[in-house]
Amino acid sequence: MIGEGIQSTNQRKHSYVKDRVEVGFFTDPSVCIGCKACEVACKEWNQVPDDGFTWSGNSYDNTGHLGASTWRHVMFLEQDRQKGNQVTGPMGLPNPKSEIRNPQSDDPFRWVFLSDVCKHCEEAGCLEACPTGSIVRTEVGSVLVQNDVCNGCGYCVVSCPFGVIDRRPEPLHDAGGAFKCTFCYDRQKSGLVPACAKVCPTESIVFGRLDDLRARGAQRVQQLQESGYSDAQLYDPTETSVRGIHAFFLILGEPEAYGLPPKPQIPTIYLKSAWTSAFATAIASIIATLVAFAFFS
Amino acid sequence: MTSNSPSEKRLEELREQAWKEGVVPGKGVDVAGGPIPRKPGYYGQPVVKPPVWTWQIPLYFFVGGLGGMSAVIASAAILFHQVDLARAAMWLAAVSGAVLSPVLLIMDLGRPKLFLNMLRVFKHRSAMSMGAWILSLFGACAVPGLIALELHSHHVFAGTLGQLIRIAAGLFIFGSAIFGTLLATYTGVLIGATVIPAWFLHRTLLPIHFGTAGLGSAAGLLELLGHRTAALNFLGCYAAGVELALLIWLSFDKHGAANRAIHEHRSGWLIRIGEVLNGPLAIVFRFFGLVPFAAISFLIGALVSRFGWIVVGKVSGSDPEAVFASQNGRVESAR
Repeated sequence: MIGEGIQSTNQRKHSYVKDRVEVGFFTDPSVCIGCKACEVACKEWNQVPDDGFTWSGNSYDNTGHLGASTWRHVMFLEQDRQKGNQVTGPMGLPNPKSEIRNPQSDDPFRWVFLSDVCKHCEEAGCLEACPTGSIVRTEVGSVLVQNDVCNGCGYCVVSCPFGVIDRRPEPLHDAGGAFKCTFCYDRQKSGLVPACAKVCPTESIVFGRLDDLRARGAQRVQQLQESGYSDAQLYDPTETSVRGIHAFFLILGEPEAYGLPPKPQIPTIYLKSAWTSAFATAIASIIATLVAFAFFS
Repeated sequence: MTSNSPSEKRLEELREQAWKEGVVPGKGVDVAGGPIPRKPGYYGQPVVKPPVWTWQIPLYFFVGGLGGMSAVIASAAILFHQVDLARAAMWLAAVSGAVLSPVLLIMDLGRPKLFLNMLRVFKHRSAMSMGAWILSLFGACAVPGLIALELHSHHVFAGTLGQLIRIAAGLFIFGSAIFGTLLATYTGVLIGATVIPAWFLHRTLLPIHFGTAGLGSAAGLLELLGHRTAALNFLGCYAAGVELALLIWLSFDKHGAANRAIHEHRSGWLIRIGEVLNGPLAIVFRFFGLVPFAAISFLIGALVSRFGWIVVGKVSGSDPEAVFASQNGRVESAR
């Protein structure tokens, strides 16, 4: 925690990999300042290639979305809602038809920053879909793509309920393979903290034991609600087939505004009905063919 | 101060619309990239990733389905002693199922040199892994089956060896028929068990469509190659009938915004055109005895609808509202 100095879980050395402790990220937008140090640290440490410099026009977000070459993405939401008990200054002109009754003194506006990342699902769609066994579960519960095994079939891309993993296009370095956040598995093996958490100046990204983080998240939501952030909630879909995520978020408002699916499902739940249909079709085709040759020859 | 003149009222209206929708489309004004776009979700960014697959995959769905079901026809032809038809069907099975299909799949890989990693593990919960094994086993049956059938029909070996080859041909061809039916239908499971709304909402329909389109394509191509038998005509009628039923099913099975890529967008027209060529048109041609036209109509329809389903997946996967709607979510906006 901030104030703990080098004793913070974001700074001190650990032995989670050796001890096989489940770890996670807790990302809290209420203290994020939108500096994008996490994006820079991630790119630098993991040597992720640049994937173009474009102006999006979407607030201060020119990163766009998570992908093969973007493993941390700071979102910038601009909403005409109140942030906590904050009272914003006069911005608008009187308009009798507007929802805002008295814009001279009350024109709610909030700017929310949230650093998005691979969720490292408890039941991971990409991991289940991978036909090469390239995607594995690590000792700390994270989901890791082994780059030297991946042959770039692209099936994980349509199996991730959060749209995180993607195939890296030509002409970028190491093109053709699927990439996503590694949870800095290489750093963790050496007892180091993931690069994004290490650099986060406000500890908006917290790295640590998953059980500790869950408790901390619940506590933070309560704290915020008591201070007037009535729409603060945790985003951790434990009730869907994803069964919870290792990198979970505190969000202000609804998940849809952050491009987060409200009820993410792992696509393996569709296998039973699809295979039943496939076997029925296979049998029907054999019967139809036998009937054709038996009665129409 | 607002006046009541019509021009001032018009300005009020514009202001109101700008406030509500964030953008005011007007005559002669290009508002693309306008300052305050209010798009669903996070600036309209896709919530799930659309498929990265290119033309090789829908073409593989077509030739794989055709090849797999050709092996079924070959098996039935052998059971009913139609060796010429069996040979033609096995050639189709081997060329399209065991040669063209793997080539197309390898071409689509991001790293084609690592294609053998597909057989590194066996995962029954991954339709892609199952498909790789089905395709490999199909090839391992269809190619020896074809060789044994050719050796047998040309009487290359006599006596006991000839008998053994005859038995081997039968076993391999029946094996290829079993794996062939799976090869033609698993592709529906492959795209049905994904996070793309327009695909997983039709996960029951897709294997029926892909498998039956494969059977009809195999029968149609064999007819075009000169095997105009009543049995193949029956199979053509059966496949077209099933496809007609699927077209009707698809027209009624609507899920609002969740699968609007099929019903509202141009992408859906590819599926619709494919299904019309597959179903009603092929039936009409067969009814009037225009078998070659029916066969060509069905083959084109089967190919077009395969491309249609991939394009629909790209549109649906890029549509955040479709994902939210499929999960009964609200449409919130980042601004």
